[in-house]
Amino acid sequence: MGGMPDRDFRVPSGCGITGIMNRRGRTFSGEVILSSICNMLERGNGLGSGFAAYGIYPELKEYWCFHIMYQKAPSKDRVEEYLKDHFRVVHHEPIPTKKVRSLEPVPILWRYFLEVEDGGRDEEDFVVRSVMEINGDVDGAFVFSSGKNMGIFKGVGDPDAIGEFYRIHEYEAYIWTAHNRFPTNSPGWWGGAHPFGILDWSVVHNGEISSYGTNRRYLENFGYYCTLSTDTEVMAYLFDLLVRRHGLDFETVGNVLASPFWSQIERVEDEGRRRLLKALRITYGPALVNGPFAVIVANSNYMVGLNDRIKLRPLVAAVKGDFLYIASEESAIRVVCRDPEDVWMPKAGEPTVGKLEEDG
Amino acid sequence: MRKPKRIIIREEYCMGCRLCEVYCITQHSKSKDIIKAYRGEEPRPVSGIYFEEKGFVSFALQCRHCDDAPCLEACITGAMYRDESTGMVLHDRERCVGCWMCIMACPYGVVKPDFGERKVASKCDLCIEAEFPACVEHCPNEAIVLVDEEGERIYKEAV
Amino acid sequence: MAKAKYRPEFIVQRDDEKCIRCQVCVRMCSNDVHAYYPDTVISDSFKCVGCHFCEDLCPTGAIAIRRSEPHIKENYHWSGTDVYNIIKQADTGGVLLTGMGCDRPYKDYFGHIVLNASQVTNPSIDPLREPMELRTFIGGKPEVVIIGKSSEPELRTQIPPQLELETPIMFSAMSYGSISLNACKSLAKAACDFGTCWNTGEGGLHRDLSPYAHRAIVQVASGRFGVNKEYLDAGCAVEIKIGQGAKPGIGGHLPGEKVPEEVSRTRMIPEGTDALSPAPHHDIYSIEDLKQLIFALKEATRYEKPVGVKIAAVHNVAPIASGIVRAGADFVVIDGIRGGTGAAPTLIRNNVGIPIELAIAVVDSRLREEGIRNRASIIAAGGFRSSADVVKAIALGADAVYIGTAALIALGCHLCQRCYTGKCNWGIATQDPYLTKRLNPEIGARRAYNLLRAWSLEIKEMLGGMGINAIESLRGNREQLRGVGLNEVELELLGIKHAGEAW
Repeated sequence: MGGMPDRDFRVPSGCGITGIMNRRGRTFSGEVILSSICNMLERGNGLGSGFAAYGIYPELKEYWCFHIMYQKAPSKDRVEEYLKDHFRVVHHEPIPTKKVRSLEPVPILWRYFLEVEDGGRDEEDFVVRSVMEINGDVDGAFVFSSGKNMGIFKGVGDPDAIGEFYRIHEYEAYIWTAHNRFPTNSPGWWGGAHPFGILDWSVVHNGEISSYGTNRRYLENFGYYCTLSTDTEVMAYLFDLLVRRHGLDFETVGNVLASPFWSQIERVEDEGRRRLLKALRITYGPALVNGPFAVIVANSNYMVGLNDRIKLRPLVAAVKGDFLYIASEESAIRVVCRDPEDVWMPKAGEPTVGKLEEDG
Repeated sequence: MRKPKRIIIREEYCMGCRLCEVYCITQHSKSKDIIKAYRGEEPRPVSGIYFEEKGFVSFALQCRHCDDAPCLEACITGAMYRDESTGMVLHDRERCVGCWMCIMACPYGVVKPDFGERKVASKCDLCIEAEFPACVEHCPNEAIVLVDEEGERIYKEAV
Repeated sequence: MAKAKYRPEFIVQRDDEKCIRCQVCVRMCSNDVHAYYPDTVISDSFKCVGCHFCEDLCPTGAIAIRRSEPHIKENYHWSGTDVYNIIKQADTGGVLLTGMGCDRPYKDYFGHIVLNASQVTNPSIDPLREPMELRTFIGGKPEVVIIGKSSEPELRTQIPPQLELETPIMFSAMSYGSISLNACKSLAKAACDFGTCWNTGEGGLHRDLSPYAHRAIVQVASGRFGVNKEYLDAGCAVEIKIGQGAKPGIGGHLPGEKVPEEVSRTRMIPEGTDALSPAPHHDIYSIEDLKQLIFALKEATRYEKPVGVKIAAVHNVAPIASGIVRAGADFVVIDGIRGGTGAAPTLIRNNVGIPIELAIAVVDSRLREEGIRNRASIIAAGGFRSSADVVKAIALGADAVYIGTAALIALGCHLCQRCYTGKCNWGIATQDPYLTKRLNPEIGARRAYNLLRAWSLEIKEMLGGMGINAIESLRGNREQLRGVGLNEVELELLGIKHAGEAW
C-alpha cells in the first residue's frame, strides 16, 4: 500500500498510557495530560504517541467529527467525494498544527463535521461502516477519529513533540487519555500510533494480544474488519461490540475480556453468579483477550482501565475529588496530582470505572 | 499369624502365552539370565507355575500359601514350613527327602516333583529373593497380580 | 498358465542363538506364522501381517519382523504393491480390502506448518507454575448473553446444551463389533476418568459400557444398529454419521464372523449375519431430510443434549458443513482422508476425500463468513498423530479433535491394517475370545488416559510458549501458524502466512 508501509503488519509494542477524567464533566487544559505522559518518556521510543480528548468541540457537538490523514492529495479528493455522497458535510478545515522540526514529513491532516442525512437507520452502525470502507478501500487515506465532540490526535514522534505539533495545550476536555509508544519495529506511518478510535470510543493500550487471530476472526462475525492490524484496534472493536451492541456493563466486559479462571469460577458461592460467569465464558470465549495488556478505554461517558487476567502489564489508579487518574506508572499521576486521596493497583481483570455524572 | 502376600489370578485376562513360566524358571536359575538358563544350565529349574488351559480359558496357578495348608500336615521331615514373619509356606530343599506327600496333598496341584540334582519337591516361593514375583512382573496382561494382606494390589514400582 | 505366487510382505527373522524354544510366539500368533517342530521353531513369513505381536512378546528378542525387499524389477510407475494387487484380483475377482487410514504419500500439511512462541514483547507462561486452561465446550453458542438488571445481574440467555471437556481431545467413533468390548471399555473408562468423551460408533451400547454412558456420544448411522430410546437417553450427545474419512460415500460392512451373540444383542440383529450399513441414510436424500432427523433426535432427547453430524471431508465440505449448521446441528464432525476404519475398499480409502487440514480451514472460514460459526462446534478427525497436530488443528479453527488411530496405538495397535480379518493379535479389532482377552481394559484405560494426559501437557506447554493461558484463545488463531514450503494457493486456503512473514 503506497505510502503506508506499516499498514499491513501488526506491531507488537510496549507502551506508556495515562488517562485523566473529571467525573463532573468539567473541562481542563491539555497541559495536564501532557505533563503526565511526558513523565513517562522512558516507556516510549519516539515512534508514536497521541491523545484523545472529550468535550473539545462543544459548538459542533451534534455532528460526527472525522479526523482524517492523507498520504497524498488525490486520496483527499476521493474521500471528500465519498463523504459528500454519504453525509452532509457541515464544516471542514485543516487540523490546526504547529510546525515541529523533528516531525518531518507529516501527512495532510483534515477534520470534517458530518451529519448523517438519512435518518431512521442506525446512525452508529452507518458511521462504523463508512469508516471501515474509507480505511479499507481508499489508498493513502485513514480516518483516525470518528466520534462526536471528541477527537484523537496522534503521530510518529515523542509525546512532547506530538503535543506541541497538535497544540494540545490549547484544547479543554473533561476526559484526556494519552499514549507513548515503544513499537518493536520501525514504522513510518502516523495511523499506527495510538489512541485508536471508532465512534466516540478511544483506546490507549499497552500490550501484545496473543489471541489476536482468534479475536480478529471473531469480530469479523459481527462485521468488524481489522484494517490496521494493530492489537489496539481489536480492543476498540471488542468494547464497541460488547458495550454498545450487546449492552454489557463494564464489569461484565472485564469478565469477558479478562475472564476469571475456571478454578475461580468454581469457587464462586452464589449459584446464579457462577452460572452467569460460565455462560459468559462459553459464549464469549473467542473475545477473551489473552496475553499481557493494560488498557484505558474512554467514550463520552466513561473512562475505564483494565488489565489482562494475570496482570502482566502495570496499571495504577488514583482519585482526588472529581478526578480519576489511571496510568502505567504512579509517577505519571503524582506529577499532576501531588496528594491523591487514594492510590491503588487494580487487580487482574477487574475494571476501574469512571462514570460521568454531570451536575445540572 | 501374619497373612502372606498373595498372587491373584485373573483368568479373563490370561492370554496363555506362558511367559510367566519362562520368567519363573529364569528367576530360579543359577545365572538369572534367560538365555543361559534355558540353553546352558543343566538341570533347568522347575517352574513354580501350574498352567491350565481349556478352549480359550487359561490361567497360571502358583502355590496359594493356604492359611490351612495340607502340605504342611503331610510333610514328614518339616521341609515344608510356615515362615512366621511373612506367613508364606516355604520349602527347604535340604530337608526334603522327596517323598512327595506334599504333591499328593496339595488340592491345587501346584507342588511339583523336581528330578534335577536329586529327587525333591518344588513350588512357588513368591520370588522371596527378588522381592517381587517374576511371573507377576512379566505378565504382559496383568492376568496375575500381587496383593497384600488386605487384598490391595502391590505394584513392582512400589517395592 | 503358471500361477503367480504371492510374495511375503514381511520376513520373520529368528535369531536361533537367542531362541529358547519357549514357544510364546507359536502360542500367540493368530495367523499361525510360527510352528514348533521338534526342538526348533519355524516361521512362515507368507502368513505374517506385520503386527509385531510376537516380536514384542518374545522374551529374548530373538524375533525381528523385517520388511521384505522389493520383489519385482524396479519400476517407477508399477510398484510391487500395484503388481501384486492385480495378481490377487485376477485370482479372486474381488475388491481389495484394507483397514486403518489412507497411507498414500499425499502432502502432510501439519508437517508444513510451524507454531509461534513469545519472545520479549510478550511473556511466555509456564504451565507448571500458572493456570493453563484446556476446558472446552462442544455445542452451539448464543451470539450474545443477555443479563437482567434487577437487583443482582441475572442470566437471561438460555445456553444450549454443551459437552464439557477437560481437554479438546475425544475418542472417535469405533463400534463394539469393529473393535472388541475390552477396547471399548478401555477408551470409555479413560474418557470418563479424564473428563472427555468417547463415541459408540454404530455399534449400540453394550450393557457393560453403561457405567461410561454419561460420557458417550451415541452414534446414529445409516444401519440404525442398536438405536433405541434407552440408547439415545443414555449418551451425552447424539451424532448422526453421514460419512467417514476412510470411505466417503461408502457404507459399513461388519462381516458375520464378527457378529457373535453379544454383538448381535447390542446391535439388535441376528447372530452371525453381516451387519450392513447402507451408503446413504435411506431417509436422508437431501439437507432438509437431515434437518428432520436432527430435530427428531432433539425431540427424542428433549433438547437436553447436543446433536451433531459427522461427514467425510470431500471437495464441497465447506458448503455442506454450512448447510448442516443451518439445519440445526450443534456440532459438525469433519473426518479427513487419513481417517481410519475397521474395513474399507483399499482404493476408496486411498483415493477419496481431502486432507483434514484444508477441510478445517475452509469450513471454519465459511462459517465465519456466513456469521454462523457460533451456532455449532467443529470437531476435526482423521489421522492426528501428536499434540502438535491437535494444536495446529485448533489454531486452524477446530473446537476439538477426535482421535481414533492414535488411541488404538495406545492400546497396542501396530497399524498392520488387517482389522477386517478379525484376527487382531492385540485383541482390538476382533471378537475372537482367544484374542479379545489379550487386551486387559485396566491396562488399556490406563494407557489411553496416559495418552490424553501427555498430549494435554504438551498442548499446555505450547500454549504457554505462545503466551496464551486458555485454549479458546488458540481457537481459529491462525496468526500463531506459519507455513513452510507451501504455495500461495495452499497458504490462502489454510488462511496462514508463510514462515518469515511477521504479524
